Amino acid sequence: MSSQPTKSNAAFHPVSSPDFLPLAQLQDLQLQRLKSTVQNAYDHVALFRQRMAERDLKPADVRSLKDLAKLPFTVKADLRDTYPFGLFASPMRDIVRLHASSGTTGKPIVVAYTHEDLLVWTNVMVRSFAACGLHQGDIIQNAYGYGLFTGGLGAHYGAEALGATVIPISGGNTQRQLMVMKDFGVTAICCTPSYFLHLLDQASELGVDIRKLPLRAGVFGAEPWTESMRRRIEVESGIKAYDIYGLSEIIGPGVAMECQCQAGPHIFEDHFYPEIIDPKTEKPLPDGEEGELVLTTLSKAAMPMIRYRTRDITALTAECCECGRNLRRIKRISRRSDDMFIIRGVNVYPSQIETALLRVEGTLPHYQIVLTREKELDNMEVMVEVTAEVFGDTVGALEALQARLGKSIETVAGVRANVRLVQPRTIQRSEGKAKRVVDQRKM
Amino acid sequence: MIIKQISIFLENKPGELSRPAKLLAKAHLNILTLCLADTQDFGILRIIVREWEKAKALLEKNGFTVRVNDMVALEVQDRPGGLAAILEVVEKAGVNLEYMYGFTLSKAGKGILAFRFDNPEAAVTALSRKGLQPVGGLDLFERSTKVAVKGATKKTA
Repeated sequence: MSSQPTKSNAAFHPVSSPDFLPLAQLQDLQLQRLKSTVQNAYDHVALFRQRMAERDLKPADVRSLKDLAKLPFTVKADLRDTYPFGLFASPMRDIVRLHASSGTTGKPIVVAYTHEDLLVWTNVMVRSFAACGLHQGDIIQNAYGYGLFTGGLGAHYGAEALGATVIPISGGNTQRQLMVMKDFGVTAICCTPSYFLHLLDQASELGVDIRKLPLRAGVFGAEPWTESMRRRIEVESGIKAYDIYGLSEIIGPGVAMECQCQAGPHIFEDHFYPEIIDPKTEKPLPDGEEGELVLTTLSKAAMPMIRYRTRDITALTAECCECGRNLRRIKRISRRSDDMFIIRGVNVYPSQIETALLRVEGTLPHYQIVLTREKELDNMEVMVEVTAEVFGDTVGALEALQARLGKSIETVAGVRANVRLVQPRTIQRSEGKAKRVVDQRKM
Repeated sequence: MIIKQISIFLENKPGELSRPAKLLAKAHLNILTLCLADTQDFGILRIIVREWEKAKALLEKNGFTVRVNDMVALEVQDRPGGLAAILEVVEKAGVNLEYMYGFTLSKAGKGILAFRFDNPEAAVTALSRKGLQPVGGLDLFERSTKVAVKGATKKTA
C-alpha cells in the first residue's frame, strides 16, 4: 500500500500522516496505546477494575491486540449508572472540558476531556476536514449546535486548527444561515444532513440557488442518513456530501470520516480501535461481516472507554481505499442493535418510547411494546404498568394519563400508539430485564 | 371525621376482582363497603376497611398499585331530598364532589353514604356547621361488627 495520497486532488495536510501509516507500524502504535489506556482505566475507574477482577484479568494480560476480546464491554447504561463523573480516570483539576448528551432517562451522560484529550479531538477533526479536501483558505460554516452537544465545539476547534476560517453560526435561524452562506462566500458547511435538506428547501423558496454559490463540501453527521439522501443533496446543491461519524462517549465527531472517495468513513484507528461483534453472542466477527461496532479509545486520558458498545450495526472493511489511507472503513450505519422496529414506515426505537413515557411520568415505568397487524394495518400498543406515583384515584385521572402518554409517544416517535394501562408486575421480566418489544405481526 | 379509603388499580379482565378480595379474606380483613369504577380497559376498586394500613401493605406486597384517600361518611335520611340537603351545603362551601357510594350498613330509616370531596376538611367543617355531623371511623366500624357485612362478591363485567 502506498504511504502517500494517490488522488491528485486530495489536499494533503501534515497532520494527516497517521492516516497513511503502514499496517505494522499502526498496529504497534495501537498496542502500545491500548496497554496504557487499559492501565489508566484499571488504576482509576472502579467499575472497570471490578469487571476486570470478575474475569480474573490484570492489565498485564493485554499482550496483543487480540487480547482486547477478553476485556469487558462498556455500555451506555454504565455511563448513566455512574452519573455524573463515575467513569472519569482523571481528577477534576486535570479536566478542562465537560460535555453532556441527552439521555433517555432524564439524566444526561457526561463526558470529560483533559487538555491532551482536546488535542486528540482537534487532531482527528483536522484530519477529518483534510480527508474531504478542505484546507487553509476554506470558509467553513459550522451549523452544528454549540453547547453541551459535542458537535459544535468539536468541529469548531478542528476547523480552526486546520487553518480554515470558521463561522460559528451554530444551529437554527435558516434565513440567516443562507444569508451568511451567500454573503460570506462559504465553501463548506457542517451540520446534520436533515438540516441541510431543510436549508435546501428554504433556499429554493427564497430564490437562492446554492449551486451558484462557492459552497463545495458538506460534512454531515450526528444522525443516520442514507445514500439516497446523499444523492439528493449532491444533485440539488452541487456540493460533495461527506459522512462523518462520531459519538460523545468516544470523543464526539471525528471518530471516523469519509475521504474524497466517499466510500465509507475511515476510522482514525491510531486513536480509536474498532471491533465488530455479533450483538447476540458478543463474539468478535472478522472484517467484512456485519455486526455491532465496538470502539476502544486509545489516547483518551480523562475518560478511557474500553470496548464501548455503540449499538450501531455496520461492517468494517480493510480493502485498500483509492485515497491511500491505511485506515479501515465502516459501512454506512444501517440500523441499530437495540430492538429498533419499523411501524407504518417509521423507524422506532424503544428508547424513544422510553423518552416519551419519561416526559409524562418523571421516572420510567415498566412497559412493553406489542406490534400487531390487522387487515394489513400495523398497530402498536404500549402497555404501561401503573405505579403508585401516577395512580390517580378517579377514572378521569387515569384516562387523562392514558391520553398524555399517547400524545407524548406520538410527539417523540412520530407514530400513533394505543396506550394500555396494566397492573404492576404483569409485564414479564426475563433475567431481570423486561422484553421491550413483542412483534406479533406475520410478515 | 375522615375515613381512609383504599383504591386499587385493576385491569378489566376476568378474575381481577377476586384476587384482592381473596387476599383480604385470608388476612381476615373485613371490607366494610366497596365501589367499583370501570372503563373498557381498567377499573378502580375502592374499599373501606378498618385496618387500612394493614390492607394497604398486604395489597402492595402482592403487587397492586394502591392509593389511600380521605373520605367523609354521612348519615342520610332515607327519604326524598336527603342527599340534596348534603350536596347543597358542600356546593355553597365551594367543595367539589368527585364521587360517592353507599354503605351496606344502615340504621333504621337512615342510610350511610361515603363521599370523596376534593377538599374533605372543608366539607367536614361546612357540614358540621349545618348540623350534618359526619360519621367517625370508630362509630362506623363499631356498627359494622353488629351488622352482617356483605363481602366482595361482585365480578367485573
